[in-house]
Amino acid sequence: MMSRYLLIIAISLVSLPGFAAIEEYAFGSDLDEERFKKLTYEMRCPKCLNAPIADSDAPIAADLRAEVFNQIKEGRSNDEIIDFMSSRYGDFILYRPRLTMGTFFLWFGPALLLLAGLVTLRRMMVNSQSGQSEAVLSSAEQETLQKLLNSDSDK
Amino acid sequence: MIPELGNFTLVLALSLAVLLSVVPMAGVYRNNELMMRLSRPLCSGVWVFMVISFGCLAYAFLNDDFSVAYVARNSNTLLPEHYKFTAVWGGHEGSLLLWVLMVASWTYAVSLFSRSLPLDILARVLSVMGIISVCFLLFMLFTSNPFDRLLLNTPAEGTDLNPLLQDFGLIVHPPFLYMGYVGFSVAYAFAITALLTGKLDAAWARWTRPWTNAAWAFLSIGIALGSWWAYYELGWGGWWFWDPVENVAFMPWLVGTALIHSLAVTEKRGVFKSWTVLLAIAAFSLSLLGTFIVRSGLITSVHAFAVDPERGLVLLTILLLVIGASLFLYALRAPVVKGSASYTVTSREVFLLINNILLVVATAGILLGTLYPLIHEAINGEANMVSVGPPYFNTIFLPLMGVLVLFLTVGSISRWKKTSLSYLKQQLAKVAIASIALGILLPLVITREVNIPIFIAVSLALWIVFGILRDIQVKTANKGNIFQGLFSLSLSYYGMQIAHLGMAVIILGICLTSHYSVEEDVRMAPGDSIDIGSYQFIFEGVTRQPGPNYDADRGEITVLKNGDPYLTLRPEKRSYFATGAVQTEADIDVGFFRDLFAALGDPRGDGAWVLRIHFKPFVFWIWFGAFLMAGGGITAILDKRYRVRDKANSRIADSGKTADLVMESV
Amino acid sequence: MNRRLKLFIPVLIFLMMSGFLLFGLTRDPSVVPSALVDHPFPQFSQPSLYPEQGGYSTEDFLGDILLVNIWGSWCPPCHIEHPFFLEISETQSDITFIGISYDYSMVEDRLFLEEKGNPFDHNVVDLDGSLRIDLGVTGAPETFLVDQNGMILLRHIGAVDATIWKEKFEPLLDQIR
Repeated sequence: MMSRYLLIIAISLVSLPGFAAIEEYAFGSDLDEERFKKLTYEMRCPKCLNAPIADSDAPIAADLRAEVFNQIKEGRSNDEIIDFMSSRYGDFILYRPRLTMGTFFLWFGPALLLLAGLVTLRRMMVNSQSGQSEAVLSSAEQETLQKLLNSDSDK
Repeated sequence: MIPELGNFTLVLALSLAVLLSVVPMAGVYRNNELMMRLSRPLCSGVWVFMVISFGCLAYAFLNDDFSVAYVARNSNTLLPEHYKFTAVWGGHEGSLLLWVLMVASWTYAVSLFSRSLPLDILARVLSVMGIISVCFLLFMLFTSNPFDRLLLNTPAEGTDLNPLLQDFGLIVHPPFLYMGYVGFSVAYAFAITALLTGKLDAAWARWTRPWTNAAWAFLSIGIALGSWWAYYELGWGGWWFWDPVENVAFMPWLVGTALIHSLAVTEKRGVFKSWTVLLAIAAFSLSLLGTFIVRSGLITSVHAFAVDPERGLVLLTILLLVIGASLFLYALRAPVVKGSASYTVTSREVFLLINNILLVVATAGILLGTLYPLIHEAINGEANMVSVGPPYFNTIFLPLMGVLVLFLTVGSISRWKKTSLSYLKQQLAKVAIASIALGILLPLVITREVNIPIFIAVSLALWIVFGILRDIQVKTANKGNIFQGLFSLSLSYYGMQIAHLGMAVIILGICLTSHYSVEEDVRMAPGDSIDIGSYQFIFEGVTRQPGPNYDADRGEITVLKNGDPYLTLRPEKRSYFATGAVQTEADIDVGFFRDLFAALGDPRGDGAWVLRIHFKPFVFWIWFGAFLMAGGGITAILDKRYRVRDKANSRIADSGKTADLVMESV
Repeated sequence: MNRRLKLFIPVLIFLMMSGFLLFGLTRDPSVVPSALVDHPFPQFSQPSLYPEQGGYSTEDFLGDILLVNIWGSWCPPCHIEHPFFLEISETQSDITFIGISYDYSMVEDRLFLEEKGNPFDHNVVDLDGSLRIDLGVTGAPETFLVDQNGMILLRHIGAVDATIWKEKFEPLLDQIR
């Protein structure tokens, strides 16, 4: 029992997001550096507990960062680099899910829901305007109300 | 002995909680006043036993009792005293104990601060909260008991608390977070009660509001603390990653915000009643869902507790019971609580409804994104797993929030039932022009760059701020002088404006820090320096420093501002003895307008090291804004209407009737 | 839709979600399958761990059933699975065993094989790291099963033992033999 927890702790410590991801890269230009940051933040470290390759100190993350750096230097486009990675590590490595049949509802679900919300809104407003009257107090309730207001003001 | 006492008091608490779930509720249906009155002492009993139990676990930690398995897994003789105490909630079992203590505390608090509640309402509310206690006490006693012993093979030394948790953040983040999570159970209990009685009136809304505000304020602080902790501890300069664990705390907060606004409408106008009930159920349901997801082994996250799926199954059963049954009850009983007032197309009601729709859609989007990898795998099989990360969440969330901010100012300045468009135009036209103009000019002049996202963000933030000022101006226009005017406004009003101001501050903090942060990863030898803006960072070197339960490499970085000595940053790289884990501790100089951040990378030989230096402007505003929001929520609770009306309500309560009193608008 | 029926939407959505959550409890979220299963083994050209033996490329191995093991002497589970590989490389004569090791531990790896025995028919060194990435390797040890046509049938992460061999590898081997 304890050894299992030890193991889990040990594994999680090996692949924590952290600082060993601090490396000095010599970028060709500011744009290259921007692209590197964007790409390494949008790719998931395959071995870690939910961290981008930009921030992980797992060896595989370091390898992948180096690969991204080299490919940028070679002049590959962002799309080419993304395709390169996902054909080897699966779509799992992409934090920005591709738009496929399988992810259609992921990307469009919220918009559809918003539409449904607006339709509901419209329906509620129409309902509220057509023939719904104000809640009116009965005379007995009016009396109670009056008594309470009077006693309040007597304080 | 003490651990046994701790375990025994858990059992006692469970017994009383069972009575609490059953007796008062039975008393309501049998019209038995004694049974209903038992609810208060039962609450006290549960709370007392939970406090004792917690105390026993704390005692075990402080005395290095490694015969308690949980203590052995999360502590160490060398661990500093204050961390020995906070280690109580450093793992699954102990944090669950804290959770249940919170449930007991909120239940007890409701029993204390409810003089104006009719007895039959109180009895129902406390019974529902008792059921929640029972569920989690059963879960704890049967699957996750913190008092399990290692009597045969008592280790001489513990495994140590995870170094990431040996930090101030652990002291504050979970307690505040759980206060928030669990606090929504009060609104939940009130909602169930409303469905059971069929009565949902202004009085009901007024009872529920302070509790909801309090829970929401705690949750705001809890989330902010978690974000701040991640920022300086994990220290990649990031403070939000849309990690599943962050999302499950954020979703109840979003729904809680919708709930607060919906409650306002229900109280003032008696409409949106069934929406309010549904939101109250949803807020707590999302809290429970969060508890489940984090503890069930369902997702991968550095933050997830190391728990097995068998416990997950028990938690899921609790969820099905609590959430499923309440949503089913809602489906059956919601029509009974229907409201009947009317409102026009441009009224405060409608703007608040739009606000709520946007918040709910945002929540649904986050839920969808968080669970989607699971859903995709269930439908499409294991072969092609997908990940959903910040790019998705930012794309969905940020535009919705932008639109929400547009409606925020309009909504807060508009009137109930009917607000003419020309009135709105008259009030807000100048505000709009000023916001957009300054939103573009200020960044342009200060940074001399064209940055569309910044223009939008600053304009939106100014839209809120100027809207607040305009509204105060309008509301104090007919008073004698400005001070009289400000005095005449209620605390509830100020609470709203402070919270909205907090929102503006957060928007600025997030956008300014995202766009204007500067991050440098450089190899530096002693004596080397780099410049960021008006700051110069000079690397002096690294020395070896011992700590209580670790050894550290400490770097020294002298910072000059405009050439003059300013401060020193001392980042560390620590090796903990017990686990051998290596952990980097960044040094951050926190300022109101900017953070300066330094961290050590790896040594490069000859005394040279790789360093990460960040300049992060306005990042503090993110947490400052959240605290403002929480402050606004608490301010609103202090409003006298929640105290003065108590007298009238007590009379009504005693007379056994609940009348729909006509409310004046703020 | 009837207004009353619409009220059941929340509970229905919740039940649907619970179904997915239940499914989620049955699988381990940290197990990520390889994207290369049912894809051809990547083209490569790398030197041998023993320089005097020249280099290797994909063509050298077409037509054989391959067991490709990514390993390193610095990797504890690799030590654990080593004896098992020694054993099955003897008994499974129709499988060609290929070891792929890392560029930064060549000396230690050669020493390890000398001391503990070499189960591999061929030892490849991934000198520039490209083979690892082309295989979608996330760490060591990882083991690939490749059929006679060069298609990857299986990727296993972690040490291989008799149970795993029987449950995961043998069924596939039976199909292709």
